[in-house]
Amino acid sequence: MGLTGLEIFKQLPKTNCKDCGQPTCLAFAMQLASGKASLDQCPHISDAAREALDSASAPPVALVKIGKGEKELQLGNETVLFRHDKRFEHPTGIAIAVNDTDAVSDKVQQINKLVFDRVGQVHNVNLVAVVNSSGDAGKFADAVKTAQDNTDFPLVLVSEDPAAMEKALEIAGANNPLICGANASNLEAMVELAKKYDAPLVIKGANLEELASLVEKSGYKKLILDSGAREVNKVLADQTQIRRQALKRFRPFGYPTITFADNPDPIQAVVDAGVYIAKYAGIVVMYTDNPADILPLITLRLNIYTDPQKPIAVESKLYEVGNPGPDSPVFVTTNFSLTYFCVQGDVEAGRIDAYILPVDTDGISVLTGWAAGKFTPEKITEMVNNCGIADKVSHRKLIIPGGVAVLSGKLQELSGWEVLVGPRESAGIPSFIKQRWSA
Amino acid sequence: MAVTIAKEKWTSKVSEMVLGTEPNTVKVGGESTLPFLHFEGEIPNRPITALEVWDLEPTDWPDILKKPFEGVLNDPVAWAKKNVEYGADVVALRLMSAHPDYKNATPDECAATAKAVADAVNVPLIVIGCGVEDKDAEVLEKVGEALNGKNCLIGCATEKNYKTITATAMVNGHSIIASSPLDINLAKQLNILVTEMNLAANRIAIDPLVGALGYGIEYAYSIMERARLGALMGDKMLAMPVICFVGQEAWKAKEAKSPDDENPEWGAQERRAILWEVITATTFAQAGGSIFVLRHPESVKEVKKHIDKMMESNAY
Repeated sequence: MGLTGLEIFKQLPKTNCKDCGQPTCLAFAMQLASGKASLDQCPHISDAAREALDSASAPPVALVKIGKGEKELQLGNETVLFRHDKRFEHPTGIAIAVNDTDAVSDKVQQINKLVFDRVGQVHNVNLVAVVNSSGDAGKFADAVKTAQDNTDFPLVLVSEDPAAMEKALEIAGANNPLICGANASNLEAMVELAKKYDAPLVIKGANLEELASLVEKSGYKKLILDSGAREVNKVLADQTQIRRQALKRFRPFGYPTITFADNPDPIQAVVDAGVYIAKYAGIVVMYTDNPADILPLITLRLNIYTDPQKPIAVESKLYEVGNPGPDSPVFVTTNFSLTYFCVQGDVEAGRIDAYILPVDTDGISVLTGWAAGKFTPEKITEMVNNCGIADKVSHRKLIIPGGVAVLSGKLQELSGWEVLVGPRESAGIPSFIKQRWSA
Repeated sequence: MAVTIAKEKWTSKVSEMVLGTEPNTVKVGGESTLPFLHFEGEIPNRPITALEVWDLEPTDWPDILKKPFEGVLNDPVAWAKKNVEYGADVVALRLMSAHPDYKNATPDECAATAKAVADAVNVPLIVIGCGVEDKDAEVLEKVGEALNGKNCLIGCATEKNYKTITATAMVNGHSIIASSPLDINLAKQLNILVTEMNLAANRIAIDPLVGALGYGIEYAYSIMERARLGALMGDKMLAMPVICFVGQEAWKAKEAKSPDDENPEWGAQERRAILWEVITATTFAQAGGSIFVLRHPESVKEVKKHIDKMMESNAY
């Protein structure tokens, strides 16, 4: 992907002036190639060489920021087509649309409430998209003002009328909103506005070819791409093309994308948005603020953008399922989130009131944890002693996963609790409890 | 500005599986590209939906899931017919009564139920055991015999019980579901073991033991993507269509089971629950899933509507 040291060396002044702190230009080039130095350290480099090197070393999908402060949304820096190749970097931003003909304040309050808690982590939507559906510049500006006054989320300003956009930017321009946007007929005016406020800009083409031309013509670098497609089958094709071409260093497509889930069928609109989240969209604009529609999408985004190389862990603490009491069973497992969710799900499915103790194994599974010495009788005992379970139950019995039956003797000895060997798979928990459990 | 459409040159394709008997056969697989990239290769068959039928009344299904089957929940034949009315491409009979915790029904009893269901509907049949590996081997042996010649998809065959199930499939002309826990190498290994018994590779469906949205969907998603890439690059032991037991997982999720008043900030249960099942399925469709075993008829309708659209060409 990057350039070799020798390729970089060709672009350097070759004066060996040492101003960069390296003994020679070649040494500096080698440092650059390995990412240990930055081009800024060379004060003598020519503009032409800087541009050539910058573009060659820039990420295939440019980093673009929307908004300011705590809720700033970052998009781009993507490097792969498949999450298993490395990971997807910046989760798809979810924007909720508000028409300037709606009761903007009420709608925005509703959007502010789209916040969900998942195992101790808070997840929310990211943007409010104010749409100039009235076609009236004054109404649009009013709506933008109301939206800005009522939410901390960055705004997407949706109008293809430069006059309306100008008015809206007078209100919101200082907060780095996304201008949405430019097309073949208003490109110059919109680019001017974007430059004036140094704000990110959506460029929409009627198709991929027009999009590429407009991007070239714009000469602007803070861009979000819209291929113009709106039907899900075509959006999938365009999203795939844009990502593939960006990775092949086709520069006009080296920016994040925006998609619009505007399917008139409300359920299919959510389904389409799911496809966009899985398939490379930088932003997906939704026309619903129903939490039942948004919760699945936020969850999907969380899952797809999980780093596959880093196991995700749940917090290692005492969890309650149902309404457990002093006679309820106590399940010991690991804090690998998938493991924990399997146990929790199957305990719930069996309608068992129980306690679950996910021991901190750095988020790895039962057998891996055991093999790596992270799921040991010592660690389990430590958790049993420190989590307060002894005050919650009157019995002294622990249920451990069947896969690590071998731990039971030592664990019993160290903890002083009786150890029951549970099923190997969590699916067996309901029947195990039915047959084997009595406090 | 000219844009050269980026197309991959794949060398191979997913194997094509035929289920059921003429004139009511259903085909899956056969794709020579990634999911729904019509601009790049052939997608001769659409992904299909199955609706589950149980041979005993489910006790832990939420009311919104039971409602569409009111009056047929303890009659597998009537339930199966209802599934066909609801538009399922195939019917998935789950022989839960065989489970030692439930009725511990005998293999012969299960075979009789399977036969009755198969005779009552004209769509192909998937028959799944109760999940206890030893018992499933015994049950599916009899079921396979009773359904001889009907070209069903039976399972789930695991590392422990695949021999009996594969033998039954070979003798009686069925295909099998090969299950392995979330690991592409184990999936491949099981496919090799099954084909070594001389069952044709296009009579195996891979079951990677999927998780639902929010409950590990990303693991199965990536396994499916890797399997599809493997298939397209010529790995015959990963080229099988993938079956996803979406319903059983999605309806276990708290987000699907929690009633309206329990978490008001989550929105209405019915819409949320159905979207949970639908999005789990349609996300797997993007990764390469071919057979979606669902539970709610509304989910079948929505998944089919989405697939109709995805099957429209997007060639440039």
